Amino acid sequence: MTAVERYTYLCTGCPLGCRLEVDAVEGDIIEIRGFECAKGKRYARDEHTDPRRPVSTTVAISGGALPRLPVRTADAVPKDVVPQVAVALRDVRVRAPVRRGDVVLTDVLGTGIDVIASRGMVALD
Amino acid sequence: MISRHLRHLQPHYDVLVVGSGPAGLAAAIGARETGAQRVLIVDREREAGGILLQCIHSGFGLHAFKEEITGPEYAERYLERALEADVDVLEDAFVMDVKAEGPPRDPTGNGGRPGRQRVKLMSPTVGVRVVEATSVVLAMGARERTRGAIHIPGDRPAGVLTAGLAQKMVNLHGYLPGRRIVILGSGDIGLIMARRLTLEGCEVAGVFEIMPYVNGLGRNVVQCLQDFDIPLHLSTTVVDIHGHDRVERVTVAPVDDRLEPVMDKAWDIACDTVLLSIGLIPENELSRRLGVRMDPLTNGPIVASTFETSLPGVFAAGNVVHINDLADWVSEQALLAGRSAGQFVTGGLPPDDNIRILPGDNVAQVVPHSVASERIHTVYFRVRKPIYGDTYVKLGDLHRRKVRAAVPAEMITMKVAPRLLRDFHGDALHVHAAPVEQEQAR
Ligand SMILES: Cc1cc2nc3c(=O)[nH]c(=O)nc-3n(C[C@H](O)[C@H](O)[C@H](O)COP(=O)(O)OP(=O)(O)OC[C@H]3O[C@@H](n4cnc5c(N)ncnc54)[C@H](O)[C@@H]3O)c2cc1C
Ligand code: SF4
Repeated sequence: MTAVERYTYLCTGCPLGCRLEVDAVEGDIIEIRGFECAKGKRYARDEHTDPRRPVSTTVAISGGALPRLPVRTADAVPKDVVPQVAVALRDVRVRAPVRRGDVVLTDVLGTGIDVIASRGMVALD
Repeated sequence: MISRHLRHLQPHYDVLVVGSGPAGLAAAIGARETGAQRVLIVDREREAGGILLQCIHSGFGLHAFKEEITGPEYAERYLERALEADVDVLEDAFVMDVKAEGPPRDPTGNGGRPGRQRVKLMSPTVGVRVVEATSVVLAMGARERTRGAIHIPGDRPAGVLTAGLAQKMVNLHGYLPGRRIVILGSGDIGLIMARRLTLEGCEVAGVFEIMPYVNGLGRNVVQCLQDFDIPLHLSTTVVDIHGHDRVERVTVAPVDDRLEPVMDKAWDIACDTVLLSIGLIPENELSRRLGVRMDPLTNGPIVASTFETSLPGVFAAGNVVHINDLADWVSEQALLAGRSAGQFVTGGLPPDDNIRILPGDNVAQVVPHSVASERIHTVYFRVRKPIYGDTYVKLGDLHRRKVRAAVPAEMITMKVAPRLLRDFHGDALHVHAAPVEQEQAR
């Protein structure tokens, strides 16, 4: 007999906040419980198999009106690498001018996802 | 951010908007749409965008742009639209006073005669100036509740600040407020800052909420606390703050049913910083001095369905009217407020509302405060206490809609169509929220 592992997730689909339970055997989902609607079931499956999060932070910028430039991942990255993405961006420095959407770091940590500027900043003369 | 510096301030504008957050930007765009020619936005900050500029996390724009973007992106997109629409923006200028001198509006709805609002502003570039405007939109946003609002006893050391101030320090200026953080209150800004500071290498010892439920959105509980194993203590509060020059530790305690701390279960937590995330209050000094009628429930001006205040030609939008959970709702309401301001100028403002809207069972506040039976409206409201499980939100006995849950943290919207109101002959309707079972039992 293989053991059934049980995982729980809090559904963020609506304010009801259903407590979702996922039973899995060797990583394969065998049952999902606790949802009140289809959205919750889908959420539990996604959270269990490939949880992803967008990451936002700031990087150093010189030559602009402010010392920090807000940046974000262009797409959500796997949840486990979120802290490392933030750490990787601590050493990034850019120079004004920057336009919104400019890539400040390509393929962060080999995720295939770029990090882009969340705003523009003109160069001060 | 893109910037186009205003060279010449005109002596008269059709519509003058105070504040350049999502409310001010959308209002200015709306005013141009309905025919206002000269539209000016004034903001005391160096850059337009309001509080959004410091909200660098994703979660904006799901309604307005159908994609998830950050606060600065949301602000910049709206600013671009406003500049494309030839709106003037005056930054770094503080509006000191607004005086309404317009004639009373013709009740048949023909505004049009140039009412005069006199707006006194002060800035390093233009000095102190009085600018006239036919119509004014108040869009000053909100400020955060501070320690004074909740009376925590104990010392007054450095290291106690609001979550929004910490957000500004970290995201705009790159300073950390401290290293080991305790967060009092579970509002969204506090939850967002718990994650933000963790990613910056700080240790967040916990979030303490006096109520038995969270004040922020569920998504933020999962993505800002659970993802980082940050403990959330409900029905628990900070009862004392200790330290001489700097915070050294706090005492926290669970509370009983009457929200009184149970001191024999109290414990101490070492920390150097306490962030307060205990809510926002509309920023209405200007509105009060101007003399618009206020709603004690929202702490904002009473507004008609056009978002006109009690003073003709003076409109209000965004967090200044009531605290919104999403910037998207702010933009939606402000666009309407701005369109109305433009109509006031050109003479097309619809006739006055004929039905008052009031909070009913378990509803804490409602905006707008009145509607007109012949137009389509959206009514925005918040519940007083959370209801988990199927809930009817109702407009009098005319209309009801089922939602899966209703919590104070989330604003609820209800569309009101003319067909619902056609046969209603009263002068007021209450908005209610009640569990479905309770309704069935009646
Ligand atoms: C600290 C904080 C964090 C937030 N985080 C989030 C979030 O993460 N997600 C979310 O959806 N919502 C968030 N909100 C709420 C959201 O940002 C608001 O719903 C939205 O920004 C409100 O828009 P607004 O235009 O009404 O006000 P604001 O964005 O506050 O803009 C008001 C503007 O008016 C200006 N102003 C005020 N008084 C004067 C004066 N006398 N003269 C000149 N200018 C003046 C201010 O400088 C400011 O720029 C947050 C709010 C705050 C306060
Ligand atoms: S499962 Fe459905 S009802 Fe339950 S929280 Fe998720 S979205 Fe809401």
